[in-house]
Amino acid sequence: MASKLTNRLRALYTATNQHRILSSHTGAQTAFLFSSSRLASDVPSLSNPSSAPPPQIPQSVKTSSAPSSLNQNELAKFAAIAETWWNSEGPFKPLHAINPTRLAFIRSTLCRHFGRDQYSPKPFEGLKFVDVGCGGGILSEPLARMGATVTGVDAVEKNINIARLHADLDPSTSTIEYCCTTAEKLVEEQRTFDAVIALEVIEHVANPAEFCKSLATLTVSNGATVISTINRSMRAYATAIIAAEYLLHWLPKGTHQWSSFLTPEELVLILQRASVSVKEMAGFVFNPLTGRWSLSDDIGVNFIAFGTKNS
Amino acid sequence: MNSLIVILVRYCICTDSTEKLSLLFEGGMKCRRAELTRYRLCPIRPPRNQWYATLIEDSKCGLINRKFAETVYRLKVPRRNFCADGASTAPSSKCGPPGYDAKVGHYDVAIVGGGMVGMALACSLASMPLTKHLNVAIIDSNPALSGRFCIKKEDPPDPRVSTVTPATISLFKEIGAWKYVEQHRHAYFDKMQVWDYTGLGYTRYNARDVNKEVLGCVVENRVLHNSLLSCLQNAEFQKTIYPSRLLNLHLNSSSARVDSTSSGLPLHGQGPSVKLDLIDGGSLYAKLVVGADGSKSRVRELAGFKTTGWNYSQNAIICTVKHSVENQCAWQRFLPAGPIALLPMDDKFSNIVWTMNPNEANDRRVMQEDDFVKDVNNALDYGYGPHPKSSMFGNGGILSWLKADVTSANELFEVPPKVVNLTSDRLVFPLSLMHANNYASNHVALIGDSAHTVHPLAGQGVNLGFGDAFALSRVIAEGIAVGTDIGEVSLMRKYEAERKAANIAMMAVLDGFQKAYSVDFGPLNILRAAAFHGAHYISPLKRSIISYASGEQKLPLFF
Ligand SMILES: Cc1cc2nc3c(=O)[nH]c(=O)nc-3n(C[C@H](O)[C@H](O)[C@H](O)COP(=O)(O)OP(=O)(O)OC[C@H]3O[C@@H](n4cnc5c(N)ncnc54)[C@H](O)[C@@H]3O)c2cc1C
Ligand SMILES: C[S@@+](CC[C@H](N)C(=O)[O-])C[C@H]1O[C@@H](n2cnc3c(N)ncnc32)[C@H](O)[C@@H]1O
Repeated sequence: MASKLTNRLRALYTATNQHRILSSHTGAQTAFLFSSSRLASDVPSLSNPSSAPPPQIPQSVKTSSAPSSLNQNELAKFAAIAETWWNSEGPFKPLHAINPTRLAFIRSTLCRHFGRDQYSPKPFEGLKFVDVGCGGGILSEPLARMGATVTGVDAVEKNINIARLHADLDPSTSTIEYCCTTAEKLVEEQRTFDAVIALEVIEHVANPAEFCKSLATLTVSNGATVISTINRSMRAYATAIIAAEYLLHWLPKGTHQWSSFLTPEELVLILQRASVSVKEMAGFVFNPLTGRWSLSDDIGVNFIAFGTKNS
Repeated sequence: MNSLIVILVRYCICTDSTEKLSLLFEGGMKCRRAELTRYRLCPIRPPRNQWYATLIEDSKCGLINRKFAETVYRLKVPRRNFCADGASTAPSSKCGPPGYDAKVGHYDVAIVGGGMVGMALACSLASMPLTKHLNVAIIDSNPALSGRFCIKKEDPPDPRVSTVTPATISLFKEIGAWKYVEQHRHAYFDKMQVWDYTGLGYTRYNARDVNKEVLGCVVENRVLHNSLLSCLQNAEFQKTIYPSRLLNLHLNSSSARVDSTSSGLPLHGQGPSVKLDLIDGGSLYAKLVVGADGSKSRVRELAGFKTTGWNYSQNAIICTVKHSVENQCAWQRFLPAGPIALLPMDDKFSNIVWTMNPNEANDRRVMQEDDFVKDVNNALDYGYGPHPKSSMFGNGGILSWLKADVTSANELFEVPPKVVNLTSDRLVFPLSLMHANNYASNHVALIGDSAHTVHPLAGQGVNLGFGDAFALSRVIAEGIAVGTDIGEVSLMRKYEAERKAANIAMMAVLDGFQKAYSVDFGPLNILRAAAFHGAHYISPLKRSIISYASGEQKLPLFF
């Protein structure tokens, strides 16, 4: 798979390098796709206001002069369902279900990258990780159990509160440092980490390219960046939006906007520009028979990418 | 067909079945497996050689054991020596490396019940790189766990034995417990003969048919238990034995789910662990409580798992007998009231498991020894009906064209060696079948007899339990690899899904067997006999029966 991917990417790079115009065109298109001025019909409406508290705009993050990755509409959606982060049968069920699988990818790639023992119960001991857009801490907690020194950040204060309370339940996760902030703010504070992880966040931010730049700046040289998101493919549209939001009611309606999804090629490109080289990529596939997710080379719907910061 | 399935009963265990099943399903997905292996979790165990190297190192590490015993800072019970190896152990609380933060009385896993299955779980956890750091408590008042307990090789065998399958043997080897079994009495067998009282058919199985050395091994339960104990004592592992019994569980339901409260902030409760109260007034906390406390499981009751089950109006008599020659084959003959099995036990001993109706069982338990021996010899020879004639469907018969290169197809019917005398009491057990509707909930899992009991027929029950113990430890290791809270219900459900399928298949077979053979009806008998012949001569079929029976294959072809 890696070689197939590399070939695809190489083709893409060559194409973009040879045709500057095309490259800038792609860039423009990308910028257009992710501009915050979306069609009115795209603006999500919360599906079930009766069961969820009224959406509130997170108060905590003050807008600063630096370019902000915040998309207030998106954040309001998460604030509205913050209580349900740890209900594995609630709105975040898909994240709970996919968690072991994406952690397996992270374990496998990062153990190899950092030369850690695959058989160790705590392979990430001594490494500093940041989980950007950590939500209620679904990913931060396992990373802490795997030995990493974890900082979890999210733009929604409610999420951070939930994350803190939950992590305090278990001594092995109570060491996580949670902050209500953004990647840009961390950059301003000149924080750096051995690994910067942002899973299922980039499709909710205002400017993915800028966001990736911040992630890259937070990564130490030769450190790792891991990003997962949903592909902007017809299949992703069908499965992630129609099936997950409307048919199966896994996700509240309006959770995703198809137009804000990145294709793997686009992600690789914007990371490349931020001096992160993507080394491995994998897709997630859901098996309806077992109800489990597994890693696959099919990156058509959900995918995860591991890259390293160029030194 | 039924009767073919029936033949499996004695030796069938399906240890790895669901693993293969899920692989199969995954294989059907779009992913290319070869490419995926890179992302798969590391195998739970390191490659063999490396593993053995660690083992050797461990066994050289008497030093480490001593060091461990010395770091104990709160002794509950005076140290005692165990006979198997003289290694000292100290039931203790926490004795972790300095800096390891754990409060006294807080454990990762609490195993309630240190029987064969509970001990197998502890050993398995102690043997895997991803789980050997776990802090484990074992709760059992059984003095065998904390007292000096020696089995001498000269002692006559105990009648409570188990027929362990090759799958169980290799699991025992992996955790390093089999070498202790081999220091005691154990009887491998590579041949098996199954026939019935109608005289219409018989089948002989041979390990060679499946390129195996053995079909199984008969071991006393106390030897299995003691070996696991020795294995655990020699492992570098933080274990604490509580010589008590579980009284109560405080399940903290809020840790699974964050509920909204009026304050707007969710969460309450004391964290993701369960409090266990013991009958001696003590208590402890654990992230995962494993019920390995047998068929009357207190954990099962306290966690509210419902069960399904029934009694058969049949009992089994078990006892140890002596022959004048060595017995090297496992024998089973189906009689009108149930099967009689004669299992080899080494040193001219054999074990008898004989199923019959309760009145008969009571009579036979108290009758004169001579009369009982006569009954046994009769039941294994001409009693109830003639010897099967191999010419019936035999070598020149209708099925002969199917005959392939199966060596034992040419083997003639044999009569088992005569029993000379009894060397143990006769124990009687009612046959029953019980299955817990669930094996797992948040922070709780059931293994072994607490999840399912089958009748002691030929000692099969415990292989299922060992399968549970090893599957659970594997699932825990997989969870730890990806940083999961080990008590989390989703992880426990993975274990449940894997084992339920295997155990139910086995129980259905046992139950079907029970029903098929409680009917004495002419045409059915002939079908049974035809099935024997089929099994005897059609080699692929037979091969699949043996591999199923020896715990290696999911289901036989025809199932
Ligand atoms: C009397 C008897 C004879 C048997 N004979 C045979 C035979 O000949 N062949 C065969 O294959 N199978 C036989 N079986 C079944 C076989 O023993 C089981 O399949 C096997 O032992 C299951 O192992 P286990 O560890 O799950 O449960 P068990 O062996 O039942 O072990 C349960 C353990 O839990 C402990 N315990 C129970 N309650 C508590 C509590 N509240 N707190 C703490 N600890 C507790 C007990 O002390 C015990 O050590 C027999 C069973 C019994 C009861
Ligand atoms: C789908 S959730 C993913 C949560 C978590 N990463 C996981 O995968 O389990 C997206 C999270 O990103 C947060 N988020 C969205 N935009 C953000 C931004 N610009 N900066 C920081 N967090 C953001 C949201 O509040 C939400 O908690």
